[in-house]
Amino acid sequence: MKVQFELNGRLVSATHLPGTTLMEFLRGEEFYSVKHGCDHGECGACTVLMDSRSVNACLILMHTVNGRKIETLESFSTHERLHPLQENFLKEGAAQCGFCTPGMILSLEALDRESGEIDEVQVRDALNGNLCRCTGYVKPVKAALSTLKASRKTGNHEDEGGDS
Amino acid sequence: MKVIGKDTQRVDGQALVRGKPVFADDMQLKDVLYVKILHSPIAHANILSIDVSKAEALEGVVAVFTHKDFKPHYYTTAGQGYPEPGPRDMRILDETVRFVGDRVAFVAAESITIAEQAIGLIDVEYEELPCIFDSQQSMTAGFAIHPSEGTSGIHDVEKNIAAHLDAKIGDVEAALAGSAHTFEGSYSTPFVQMAHIEPHISLSWLDDNNRLVIRTSTQVPHHVRRIVAEVLDIPVGRIRVIKPRIGGGFGGKQEILNEEVVGAVTLKTGRPARIEYTRAEELFAARVRHPELLTIQLGFDESHLLTAIDINILEDCGAYGPHALTVMSVTSQKALSMYKAPNIRVNGDGVYTNLPIGGAYRGYGAPQAFFPLESLMDEAAMEMGIDPIDLRLKNVFEVGDDVPIAKILGEGREGFPMVLYSTEIAACLNEGRALSNWDALRSAEQSGRFRRGVGVAVAGQGSGIPGIDMGAAFIKMNEDASFNLQIGATDLGTGSDTALAQIAAEVLNVSVDKIIVYSSDTDMTPFDTGAYASSTTYISGTAVKKAAEACKAMILEQGRKLLQIDNAEIIDTRVVGSDGQTISFSDICIKSFYTEEQTQIMGSASHLSYDSPPPFNATFAEVEVDTLTGTVRVIKIVSVTDAGQIINPKMAEGQVEGGIPQALGMALSEFMPFDDKGRFTNLDFNSYHIYTSNDMPEMVVRFADSHEPTGPYGAKAVAEIPINAPAPAVANAVYNAVGVRIKHLPIKPEQILAGMNGK
Repeated sequence: MKVQFELNGRLVSATHLPGTTLMEFLRGEEFYSVKHGCDHGECGACTVLMDSRSVNACLILMHTVNGRKIETLESFSTHERLHPLQENFLKEGAAQCGFCTPGMILSLEALDRESGEIDEVQVRDALNGNLCRCTGYVKPVKAALSTLKASRKTGNHEDEGGDS
Repeated sequence: MKVIGKDTQRVDGQALVRGKPVFADDMQLKDVLYVKILHSPIAHANILSIDVSKAEALEGVVAVFTHKDFKPHYYTTAGQGYPEPGPRDMRILDETVRFVGDRVAFVAAESITIAEQAIGLIDVEYEELPCIFDSQQSMTAGFAIHPSEGTSGIHDVEKNIAAHLDAKIGDVEAALAGSAHTFEGSYSTPFVQMAHIEPHISLSWLDDNNRLVIRTSTQVPHHVRRIVAEVLDIPVGRIRVIKPRIGGGFGGKQEILNEEVVGAVTLKTGRPARIEYTRAEELFAARVRHPELLTIQLGFDESHLLTAIDINILEDCGAYGPHALTVMSVTSQKALSMYKAPNIRVNGDGVYTNLPIGGAYRGYGAPQAFFPLESLMDEAAMEMGIDPIDLRLKNVFEVGDDVPIAKILGEGREGFPMVLYSTEIAACLNEGRALSNWDALRSAEQSGRFRRGVGVAVAGQGSGIPGIDMGAAFIKMNEDASFNLQIGATDLGTGSDTALAQIAAEVLNVSVDKIIVYSSDTDMTPFDTGAYASSTTYISGTAVKKAAEACKAMILEQGRKLLQIDNAEIIDTRVVGSDGQTISFSDICIKSFYTEEQTQIMGSASHLSYDSPPPFNATFAEVEVDTLTGTVRVIKIVSVTDAGQIINPKMAEGQVEGGIPQALGMALSEFMPFDDKGRFTNLDFNSYHIYTSNDMPEMVVRFADSHEPTGPYGAKAVAEIPINAPAPAVANAVYNAVGVRIKHLPIKPEQILAGMNGK
């Protein structure tokens, strides 16, 4: 089967076997920020953005991505510059083992893009699908709030949709 | 201090927040074979016959392995000291299966799909055997789960006792008989799972020199190398084990779970191999926390001082006995290292059942100790009419006290004397009393449907295993006064690489970014027993400190030679002669490489300790109980820890903040029910519920001002201590809210409702 979609700002064509998931495809293409944790959409480690919404890539079948816009964490930073969420995750010590960090950042980015005002309840809701066994979510929530509130203060949060 | 006690960017932080390919599975191996295991669907059976011909005939299947492919050899999957203190009762593949999830066979194929299909094509004829699903029936079942010849170290084969321990000091019976107050209770702690988000994953291949390379998510690379060498009967020197970044371990990766399986495939086929557990396999076929049933008696004199502690332990080891003895000895040791009772006694049996295998899980027996002990202490305080905090303050060990149990109960053998050089448990309790609003909440009238309560519990742990855990470090200097730090110590996601870099930086007067860390590669780094028993900061950290000091001494020596002066000292990053001449670290190294007195400036050291100073913790839980439904919601946790000098505050906080929800899961949300065939039924994260961001209570995490004289810069351990006290604190808070005493975890709403109705 064949699909065409936008991946991190580039148009790609992909041939895949029926039943292939977006997670399998992306890891196969060495987008390793997409982690494999459960295969059932429960842990959130494989979170990516599909048309700016956070989805579990393990639940997305490849034939459904035709014409969509997919973003992975690989597109969020350049070799010189981190995305503000990445900066604050680093600063707050929010990445402990770091395995669920990419998924968390993508879920928060989706929240950032869809919401106006941000509060802790929204942040916790956004992270509820990203299981983390290391941090108790304390520092990820803190990093998220400091990033998303700061971007709203400066009024430029609309412009922060990654580097794509 | 310039670096110690300060937050610093993690040495692996950039890679982690960028999602760089730093985990075990983040690479592609050409011609890799995918390995799948056929797990037993039956809890106890002999394999009468096994026919793999259909599986082998499937296109894309390269190799199928059964017990016929291996000589009977018994080992243990426990990645701990050698010779192992527990039984050797497991084979890579056996003719008998002993729990639902035991290995029957494994397949290597060109794709995961083909491997899965092939597993389904293996025909196995089982002869079902009687099963034990209740540890209380193990000793009297009348049949043995491990009757095979060739096993070793099983305490009593016929009675299914994998391990036994007993120890006593004084005369417990006489002391209890003469006590003004005595209390007794039986408590149980359940099966729970480590539930690291990264599953067990191992890759293997042959390098250009035909050596076996294993890249694996492990906490114990050197134990992996030793055990794989033994099981596959190849020399240690032919194996290289590489641990990249690890997506959480919590003890689950202190096990040699599948490394020998991929190794066998690669050795037989010559091709790279990969095995990764699915989440379901993690839950039913990996390792769990040993459930324990404890009966405790406490005696107090008229002034509420403990006279005696008597502990009986029944530990459920599951089908095999890795960690059987040592988990139980940690339960005993930690329970008897908290309070100074002159008479103590412990008697414990670790027994086999046909249920999943108990392994190492953060706390390692200590959570099983402190739930019973701290619940009964709370009950004693209530009955004697004394504040639970005050009762603990009266009885805890203090600085200078001898902790006698440590000497008689060590890691599977006699231990070493222990004197407390540091404890701030009183400060932890007092700070927690204020932060939890204890006095107001304890006395608040409770009525209506939702009732609040507050409870407290204290706990201790260790800092490495005394006389056993050894870590080594090597440091070499570069021209720009940066240093390569090579350590066997294993960062399993805790940030220990960063903490160890901070220790090196502090010694060498440089910033942390001048320390280039490379860890956990058996070819490239020196030995370390591994990341368990809260050993890395204390043991490996001291090795790093000693290696850095040796390196620094060599810098001074080279500086003296280059300045041609006898008396000199190091100030910042210069060697300064008594005559005022100076030379920078960088110039010393450049000259030492290229022009004068040529040598490599370097240092190496090993460290082993006969001390294992306990970190301490006081946890306060505020809960809300719904008296209509019986559900318990944790509102707030206050956790105050004495971990000695904190090396990196944010990382230490992270350890505590992560340990608490694991403990709350054991108390409230993580259920491992089995059906009547011994099959675990919660095979995904929907049903095995670990804490989510929305489940979390308000968290208040603090550290006491503390200094441990035997630790590197005064540090003790912090990794395991936070997991011990939250469960009993919650149970005690439930009692404070609704008067129901919880004796069995996890807390179920029906327990609460039954308790309330029984009143």
